[in-house]
Amino acid sequence: MSAIDHKGRPIIAVTGVGVVSSLGKGKKQNWDKLTSGESGIHRISRFTNEGLRTTIAGTVDFMDLDPHSAPELSLALARSAAHEAVDQSGIEQGDFPGPLFLAAPPVEIEWQHRFELDAELPGGEHVGYSKLLKAGRAKRHQEMYELLQFNRTADLLSDEFGTKGLPISLSTACASGATAVQLGVEAIRRGDSECALCIGTDGSVTTESLIRFSLLSALTTQNDEPTKAAKPFSKDRDGFVMAEGAGALVLESLDHARARGADILAIVRGCGEKADHFHRTRSSPDGSPVIAAVHRALEDAGVSASEIDYINAHGTSTPENDRMEYNSLKEVFGDAIHQTPISSNKSMIGHTLTAAGAIEAVFSVLTLQHGLIPPTINYDTPDPDIPLDVVPHQAREAKVTNILSNSFGFGGQNACLVLSNEIEA
Amino acid sequence: MGDSSQPVWITGIGLLSALGEGTQSHWQAMNKASPDNLDSQRFAPYSVHKLGEVDWAQQISRRDMRQMEPWQQIGTYTAGLALDDADAKEDADLVGRMDMIVAAGGGERDIEVDSAIMADARSANGREALLTERLSNDLRPTLFLAQLSNLLAGNISIVHKVTGSSRTFMGEEGAGISAIKTAHARIASGQSDIVLVGGAFNAEREDMLLLFELGQYLAEGPFQPVWSRSGDSAGVNLGSIGAFLVLESAEHARKRGVTPYAELAAVEVDHGPRDAGAAAGRLTAALSALSDDTPDAILSGASGVEDITTEERDWLNKNLPDTPYRAFGSVTGHGVEAHFPLGIALAAIATRNGSFYDPLEANENATSQKPSNILVTTAGHYRAEGLGLVKPVSQ
Repeated sequence: MSAIDHKGRPIIAVTGVGVVSSLGKGKKQNWDKLTSGESGIHRISRFTNEGLRTTIAGTVDFMDLDPHSAPELSLALARSAAHEAVDQSGIEQGDFPGPLFLAAPPVEIEWQHRFELDAELPGGEHVGYSKLLKAGRAKRHQEMYELLQFNRTADLLSDEFGTKGLPISLSTACASGATAVQLGVEAIRRGDSECALCIGTDGSVTTESLIRFSLLSALTTQNDEPTKAAKPFSKDRDGFVMAEGAGALVLESLDHARARGADILAIVRGCGEKADHFHRTRSSPDGSPVIAAVHRALEDAGVSASEIDYINAHGTSTPENDRMEYNSLKEVFGDAIHQTPISSNKSMIGHTLTAAGAIEAVFSVLTLQHGLIPPTINYDTPDPDIPLDVVPHQAREAKVTNILSNSFGFGGQNACLVLSNEIEA
Repeated sequence: MGDSSQPVWITGIGLLSALGEGTQSHWQAMNKASPDNLDSQRFAPYSVHKLGEVDWAQQISRRDMRQMEPWQQIGTYTAGLALDDADAKEDADLVGRMDMIVAAGGGERDIEVDSAIMADARSANGREALLTERLSNDLRPTLFLAQLSNLLAGNISIVHKVTGSSRTFMGEEGAGISAIKTAHARIASGQSDIVLVGGAFNAEREDMLLLFELGQYLAEGPFQPVWSRSGDSAGVNLGSIGAFLVLESAEHARKRGVTPYAELAAVEVDHGPRDAGAAAGRLTAALSALSDDTPDAILSGASGVEDITTEERDWLNKNLPDTPYRAFGSVTGHGVEAHFPLGIALAAIATRNGSFYDPLEANENATSQKPSNILVTTAGHYRAEGLGLVKPVSQ
C-alpha cells in the first residue's frame, strides 16, 4: 500500500482523537450517548437565564474552574481533548513532533473584569474606560493581561504538549475546527512536518455572547424542553443552540505513522474551501460557494460524490443553513442525495461554534471505526422541502468508507473535509 | 523546501498608517524622521500614531462602511490598495481564486454602552439582571460582527471579492508573522499561486489601550523614538496601521506580466518564555535557518518594551555589527498584528527604490549602501520572535 495519494502527496493518517462536549468527557462517553440519541442540551445555570430570549445551551459545566472565564474554559476543554488524542496516538506526552493548529474563540475582556477594575478606584471624574486605564496605570494586572492575550491558549497548550514552533491560533468562525484540520493537512503535505496537533475548542457561552447571537436571531427560542430544541432539518426548526466543547486530532503522514507502528484510525483524504462574498451572515442564495467547497474537497480527496457513504452535516437547525446545505448538496450529489445518509451531531450536542468542525471530524473518525452512524434526533416533523435521509432518532449500522464533513461560518467561511478508512491511493 | 520551491514575489502592497497611504507616501515619510500624526492629547498620558484624513470611498462603499468598525475599515481599505497595486482588483477570475490570510485581533467595543453599564452596576443590586437587561436593549446587533476576528476577512471578501480561501490568524504580533510565513510556504510549495496577506490594527480606542495597560506595556509621557525609550517613556506607542501584501509565485507573476517589488526569501518564527537571553537565542536560531545570505540592512519591528527591545538591540549589535537598522515603529507606532506585514512592505519598497531609509533617531547609523538583503525583525511585545528576509528578484 502506497503512502502517497492520487496527487503524489503524503497520505495523512489520523492516529489519535479526543473530545469533550456537553455529553461528557472523552470518546467513550460521547460516543455511547451520541449513538443512543442522547442530548446534552440543558437549562443554563452558569449565569441567570431570567430575561433571556434563549435560556438553554450545551454548556460544559464539569471542568471545575475557579474563577470561571471563557479563555480558561476553552483552554481546559482543549487540554482535555488533546491529552486524550495524544495518548491514543502513542506519541510521548510533552514532546509532540510537530506544530499546533488551534481553532479558538476570539478573546475578550469580560464583564467580571470590567467590574473588578472599575471597583479598584473611587468614582469621580474618571468614568468608563478612562477609569479602567487609570486602574491599569495604578497597578500591574499581569494575570488579567495574560488571560486576555489572543495567543495565550495556544501558547500554554504548546508548552504543555511540546509542539514545535509558534502555534497558530485561527478563526474562521463556525468553520474554525475544520480549518485547523486543513492547516495541519497542508503543513504535512508540503513537508513542513510529519505530524500536526489540530484542536478546535470553544467555551465561550456567556451572557453577552448569548445575547449577541440572540440579537442576530440565530438562536432557537424553543426553551420549554431543552433536549428537543435542536432539530436540524425539521420543519419547525428555528435556530441553533449555543454549545461548548473541544475536539482534537493527531495527524501524521501515513509513512510516519507506520514507521512507529501506530494504529491508523482514519485518513484525512481531502479538504476543500471557498469563501463567500454575498453577506456577512448569510450565504449566497445560489449556494455556489458551498457547492464549490464540497467539489474542491471531493477533488482534493480524489473521490466522486457517489463514493461518499455518509455526510456529517453542518446542520445547525437554523431555517437558512439547513435549507442552503440541502440545496447545495443536491446540486453536487444529484438525486443520490436522497439516499445518502446525512446526520447532524448538533441535534444532540448543539452548535459548538469554533470547536464544531473538529468535534465533528472526531465523530466522523469514530463513525468510520465503528461502522455506526449517529442519528439526527428530534426529527419529528420533517421539512418537506429538505427530503433527506437524516438517520432519524436512532443510530444506524452501515459500512462507511468515505465521509464528507461540512462546516460553514459567518464571514463567508466554508470548509469541507473528506475522512476515510480507505488507505490505498 | 528544496530546489523545487517556487520563488515568492511581492507584487502588491497596500499601506495605511500615520505616515499616510500607499507606498510612495511611506517611502517619503520614512525618510523624514519626525513622526506625523502623533497624537499625545486624546489618550494622554499615552501617545498614539493616528491616521490622517482618509477618503474611505476610494475603496469601500458607503453601505459597506456602515457595516464595519474602524479596524475593519482600515484593513479592508488597505487590502484594496494592495489589490490595486498588484493589478489584480478588477480581475474577477483572479480575486475569485485568490487565497487570503488575515492576522487580526478583536473588534471595538461600544465604549458608551460599556461605560453606562459600569456606572449603573456600581449601585445595582443584581449585576447579572442588569447585564441581561442592558445588553439585550443597548447592544447594536451588528456590533457583534465588528468584533469577530474573522470578519475583517469576511469584509474583504464582500468588498473586494477575494474568495479563493479565507483564514484568520489570531495572536498579536505572532499572528502577523505566521500569516506571512504560511502564505510564503503555501506558494513556495505550490499549494497556492497567489495570496492576499496582511493585518490591520486600530490604535485609536481606549478598550485596546486597556488590554496593553493591564500589563503596563504602554509608554507614557513625552514621546521618544524606540531605541531612546527608558523609564516612563519605555513601552509601546500604538499606531493605527493597515498593511497588506499580494504574494505570488514568480511563475504566476510572470504570466500576469506584473513587476515585483522584491522577493520574500524566507520567514522564520518561534516562541517561548522570555528568560534572560532566551529570545536572543531564538533569534539566532531563526537567523541561521533563514538564509545563507547575510543581511545588509535591518528593519526592526522593536516595540519599545524595555527588556525585549534592549535584548534585540544587543543581539543586532552582536550578530550583525555595522549593519544599519531602523526601528520603523518610531514613526508608525506599533501595529501589533499588522506590524510584521508592515516591516516586510517597507523592506520591499526600499528594495525597489534601491536605497535604504535614513536614520530615524540618533541611535541609528546612516548608510549610503544599496540594500540587497533586508532583514525584517519583529519581537512581540510579550511573546513570539520572527524574522523575514526580503531581497531583489533574480530574473
